[in-house]
Amino acid sequence: MIAEVGHYALVLALALALVQSVVPLYGVRTGDRVLMGVAEPTAFAQFGFIAVSFGALVTCYVTSDFSVATVFENSHSAMPLIYKVTSAWGNHEGSMLLWVLILSVFGALVAFFADNIPDTLKATVLAVQSWIAAAFLLFILVTSNPFMRLAEPPFEGRDLNPVLQDIGLAIHPPLLYLGYVGFSISFSFAIAALLEGRIDAAWARWVRPWVLSAWMFLTVGIAMGSYWAYYTLGWGGWWFWDPVENASLMPWLAGTALLHSALVMEKREALKVWTILLAILAFSLSLIGTFLVRSGVLSSVHAFASDPMRGIFILAILVVFIGGAFSLYAWRAPLLKQGGLFAPISREGALVLNNLFLTAACATVFVGTLYPLALEALTGEKISVGAPFFNATFGPLFVLLLLAVPFGPLLAWKRGDLLAVSQRLVGAFVAAGLGIAITFAVQGRPVLAALGVGVGLFVIAGAITDLVERTALLKAPLATFVRRAVGLPRSTWGAALAHIGLGLTLLGIIGETQWGSERIVSLKPSEHVAISSYDLSFEGTVARDGPNYHELVATFMVQHNGAFVGIMQPSKRTFATRSMTTSEAALMTRGVSQLYLSLGDLNPDGSVPIRLYYKPLVLLIWLGAVVMMLGGALSLSDRRLRVGAPRPAKAKDRDKSVMQPAE
Amino acid sequence: MKVLRLLLLCGVVLGSHAALAVEPGEMLADPGLEQRARVLSRELRCMVCQNQSIDDSAAPLAHDLRVLVRERLKAGDDDRQVLDFLVARYGEFVLLRPRFEWQTALLWLTPLIVLLVGGVAMAAASRRQRGRPAADTVLSAPEQARIADLLKSAGTEQP
Repeated sequence: MIAEVGHYALVLALALALVQSVVPLYGVRTGDRVLMGVAEPTAFAQFGFIAVSFGALVTCYVTSDFSVATVFENSHSAMPLIYKVTSAWGNHEGSMLLWVLILSVFGALVAFFADNIPDTLKATVLAVQSWIAAAFLLFILVTSNPFMRLAEPPFEGRDLNPVLQDIGLAIHPPLLYLGYVGFSISFSFAIAALLEGRIDAAWARWVRPWVLSAWMFLTVGIAMGSYWAYYTLGWGGWWFWDPVENASLMPWLAGTALLHSALVMEKREALKVWTILLAILAFSLSLIGTFLVRSGVLSSVHAFASDPMRGIFILAILVVFIGGAFSLYAWRAPLLKQGGLFAPISREGALVLNNLFLTAACATVFVGTLYPLALEALTGEKISVGAPFFNATFGPLFVLLLLAVPFGPLLAWKRGDLLAVSQRLVGAFVAAGLGIAITFAVQGRPVLAALGVGVGLFVIAGAITDLVERTALLKAPLATFVRRAVGLPRSTWGAALAHIGLGLTLLGIIGETQWGSERIVSLKPSEHVAISSYDLSFEGTVARDGPNYHELVATFMVQHNGAFVGIMQPSKRTFATRSMTTSEAALMTRGVSQLYLSLGDLNPDGSVPIRLYYKPLVLLIWLGAVVMMLGGALSLSDRRLRVGAPRPAKAKDRDKSVMQPAE
Repeated sequence: MKVLRLLLLCGVVLGSHAALAVEPGEMLADPGLEQRARVLSRELRCMVCQNQSIDDSAAPLAHDLRVLVRERLKAGDDDRQVLDFLVARYGEFVLLRPRFEWQTALLWLTPLIVLLVGGVAMAAASRRQRGRPAADTVLSAPEQARIADLLKSAGTEQP
C-alpha cells in the first residue's frame, strides 16, 4: 500500500510538473497574471508530492518491505536503521528519486524566496525548472520505478553492498545532488533571460545566491566523497580522476567560473553573454555527469548498449535540454545589450582570466574523460586516460590560476594598476619566499614541493592582505580597524575565506603527495614497524560480531618518539549475505596529519600483511574545502544577496551601506 | 559512488582475496629498483578494472603485471623499455598516460587550444570594446515609471 502511495504521488507530481511547464508561460505570453501565478502553488505541491513519494520509499526500506524489488535488492532486515534509510538512495532508482526530490526542493525555494523578482521572470523560471522536473519524473516512471513490486516476496533482502554501509552514503550523495541540482536554478534563470531577451545587473543579483549555495554544496559534497573514498578503499588515495569524480568536478569548475563572472555582471553589467553561457554550461555538465554515471556508458560503449532504455532516455533528455539551451543561446544571446567597459588590467580583467583558466581546466577534464569513449567509437582503438594524464595537464593550469588569485581582489574595477597591487602584495611575496626557503631547508628535494608550498602560502597571504588593506589594520588606529571590519561586506570576508581554503587544500595536497611515507610489511604478534617518528607494535587479533557481519580486529599500540599515544584497530569484515569482505582502515589523527593502517589477509604462518601510511597535512585537503564552503556561507549571508530580505529598519543603515568603500 | 565503482569492479567481484594491492612478498630487495617499480606501476592500468593503476588494484591481473614489471627491471630494462614491453603485449590501453600521437593530439592539446582561443577572443573583445561608445543608458518607459514610483515610495518612508 505504501509503495503504491509513493508511486501514485510520483505520477501526480508529473501531472503538476506538466501543468507548471506550460500554464505560466502561456500566462506570460498573454499577460495573464492569474495564469502566471499558477507556477507558485504548483511548485509547492510538486515538492509536496515528491516528498510524499520519497517518504514512502524510505518507509519501505525502514520496514524492510521485500515485496518491493529495489528494497529486496538493496536492503537487509538486520542492517542498522541508518543504513536502512540510506540504502533508499544507494541504488539507481532511489538515487534518481532523491535527484528529483532535491530538484523540487529548489523549485519550491525559488517560489518562496522570489518575492522581489518580476512576475514574468519568476513565472518563466519556474516553468523552465518544471521542464527539467517533468523530464526526470517521466524518466523515473518509465525506466526506473523504485516502487516495482515482486510477485512472490522473498523473506530476506540481498543486503546493501557492504562498501556502501557507511555514514558516507548518508552525507555524500545528498550534498553532491544539492550541488548538481542547485545549478538547475541558474540554468532556468539563464533560459528565462534568453526567452525574455533582457538581462541586467539585477538578474545577476537574483541568481548569485542560488549559484553560491549550489557551489557550496558541491564543494563539500565532492570533498566528503573524496574523504569517504580515502578511508574506505584501504590504500589512502583521495582522488582518482575516475570518470565519476570528473563528472562532479566539471560542474564545480564551471560553477566556480559562473560565481566569479556573475560578480562582474552584478557590479559592472559586463560579461552578460558569457555569464549566461556559463549558467547553461554548469547545469549541462551536471546533466552529462548524471548521464555518465547512470547510463553505464563509462564502463564501455558496449555496456551502454546492453541496457539501452535508460541510457537512451537520459541521452534524449541531454540532447533536448543542452541542445535546446545552446540553440536558444545562439539565437538570442547576440540580442542582449553589452555592458560596462573595462581595461584588460582591472578587477574585471582578473575575473575574466580566472574564467579562462577554469574553462580550460574544465575542458581538459571533459575531453580527458570522454576521449577514450569517442576514440573507441570512431576508430575502435582503445586507450586509457588516467591520473598521470590529468596530473600533467590539469595540475599546471591550476597552479597558474592560483598564482593569479591574490591579484584579483586587490585590483580596482574598470582600470587597475598591476605594479601598485604587486607592491601591496609584498607581504604575500615575502611569506611565499620564506615558505619556500624553510621548506627546502627542512625537507630538501623535491624543489617542486617547496615551490608548491610557496604558491599555497601566496594564495593564503594574498587573501589576508586583502582583508588587512580593507580594514586598514596596520595603518589606522584600532577603532578605525574595528569600524571598518564590521562595515566590510560579508561577501568580502567570504571571498577571502574561500581563497584561504583554496590555499589550505593545496598545502594538504602537497604534504600528502610529496612527504607521505609508506610501509608494506607482514607482521607477527609483538613485532614492530616504524614510520616517520612513530612506532607501531602489533598486539594480536580478535574476532568480533557486528549486526550483519563478522570481523577480525587487529590491535596496534602506537608510540611517538617513545611515548604511547594510542591504539589503532584496523579490521576485516565479512558480510555473509553477499559473501563479501571489506577492509576497515584505522586512522589516527595527529594535528592535521594522519596515520593510516589497513590489513591484508592473514598469512598461513599467522602473520598479517599491513599497509601503513604516514600522511602529513592530509586533513588540510578537506578542511580547505570546508573553509571554502564557510566562505560561501558568509558571502551568502551578505544582506545584498538576501533575496526578499526585509528593508533596513533605520534609514541610517542605508546611508552607511552607501558610504562603504567600493569593493 | 566512485567508492562502489572502484571496489566493485576490482578485487571484490573478481574474487581476489587480497585487500592489499602491493603485497609484501612482491617487493624487490633493492630499494632503488622497488621505487622505480612503484613509479612505473602508477602509470600502468589494471586492465580488468575501471581506471585503477596496477599500484592501487588488488585484482590478480594487477598482481601479475606488478611482478612482470619487477622482472623486467631486474633483467636490466630501463623505464622506457618496460613500458614498451607492456605496450607490445597489451596495447596502448595499458598506459594511463597516453603517448602523444596523432590520434591523441587533440587530447593533449586541448588545454593549450582553449587557452589560446580564449586569450585571442579576450584580446579581440577588449579591442572591439575600446572603439565602442559607452553602453546606452536610456531607460525604457516602464522602467522610468518604476523609478518614479520607487522614488516616491522612498520619499514617503523617510522621516
